[in-house]
Amino acid sequence: MSAALTWRVARLAGRRVETPTAHTLLLDVPGWPGHLPGQHLDLRLTAADGYQAARSYSLAAPAAGNRIEVTVQRVPDGEVSPYLVDVYAEGDPVEVRGPVGGWFVWRTDQAAPVLLVAGGSGVVPLAAMVRARRAAGSPAPFRLIHSVRTPADALYADELRRRARDDPGLDVAYVYTREAPADWPGGPHRIGAADLTRHGWPPDRTPLCYVCGPTGFVEAVADLLVGLGHPAGRVRTERFGPTG
Amino acid sequence: MGIVSPGFQGRPRPAGPALPPGQYLTEDFPVLSAGPTPTVSPQDWEFVLATETGAEYRWSWPELMALPQETPTVDIHCVTRWSKRDTSWQGVSLDTLLDGVDTAAGYAVAHSYGGYSTNLPLTDLRDGRAWIAHTYEGRPLPAEHGGPARLLVPHLYFWKSAKWVRGIRLTTTDEPGFWETAGYHDYGDPWREQRYAGD
Repeated sequence: MSAALTWRVARLAGRRVETPTAHTLLLDVPGWPGHLPGQHLDLRLTAADGYQAARSYSLAAPAAGNRIEVTVQRVPDGEVSPYLVDVYAEGDPVEVRGPVGGWFVWRTDQAAPVLLVAGGSGVVPLAAMVRARRAAGSPAPFRLIHSVRTPADALYADELRRRARDDPGLDVAYVYTREAPADWPGGPHRIGAADLTRHGWPPDRTPLCYVCGPTGFVEAVADLLVGLGHPAGRVRTERFGPTG
Repeated sequence: MGIVSPGFQGRPRPAGPALPPGQYLTEDFPVLSAGPTPTVSPQDWEFVLATETGAEYRWSWPELMALPQETPTVDIHCVTRWSKRDTSWQGVSLDTLLDGVDTAAGYAVAHSYGGYSTNLPLTDLRDGRAWIAHTYEGRPLPAEHGGPARLLVPHLYFWKSAKWVRGIRLTTTDEPGFWETAGYHDYGDPWREQRYAGD
């Protein structure tokens, strides 16, 4: 069997404020072994009295040497995420261990069309796939559908808009559930079969579908995709519950 | 002790019996699965226990319901770090299903509708530690939590409690299942924090 994953010290090199409640942490992790898009890590905090708390976070981008990125959504009443978003300072240490997860991953040599369907901050591991695709020069056609409550909740919106323009073979579409931009066709609504048909792939293209978001969202979208004729074996899911 | 992160205090330390290391309590019942939720009606449901010699024992839904029922109340521990206390279930003990089954196998692989599988030593299915559960908190087990029936092996991380279970195959060699071949621990004891391969 594989060797144990070891805890490594990670130090905060900087942060990007994505939304008022979600920050991307840029971490320097000496010895980081690299990872596949879609994988996650465990992040552990230790208090002065030895108390520890750990949570899992999706890796948001391909590694750049020892530099990795995670996007953390602050969970009200959470234990770890409020610290990471509000308190954690540049240069300070946390511990990380990974990468973890060998199923919800996209490999850059996969040529099949890909449909990514994200609910809320479930876009994090899917954005990692979009970023890895471009970095590898992969020609695999990608379509991303991102369901968000309001335009202000859309993580990476500027970057994804730019990539949809500049990355060949990448399309990005949005569904707004609470508040849509003015004149948005269809208005606010929950994602439905029509959205998946309009912005996704027909089943005869046999895309590989990755669905990530809260449980209700993932259950609904996975059922819709199967109902549209996508084989269940081509639909990979990951729940992205708020982890406090 | 790990490296201290300045300014981190954490929550007040929880009272009551200790949780396995690295776990935190949740009141929710989060759902984790690798693909779409299969739809299986009790009329179509069948459970097959197959031994290493190929002998098969089959139960339909009415036959499962006619077996002695148990009502375990147990704590459950997910490898994603949530734990939930005092979950109440109804189901049939694996001791009941294995009673009279002639086997020299050391291992078992649980198979699910939808293709999922997970492996565990056969001994972990015995002695009142494992059930085929069909009722959760007094109601039929919802599909997203593994209904109509799931394996319940609460002393191991919860991915071992295969949802939508359709059968158990007894084997003489250890055959890693779905998550066990995707980086997770072969055995998965939460008290020894066996999350990932090599832990």
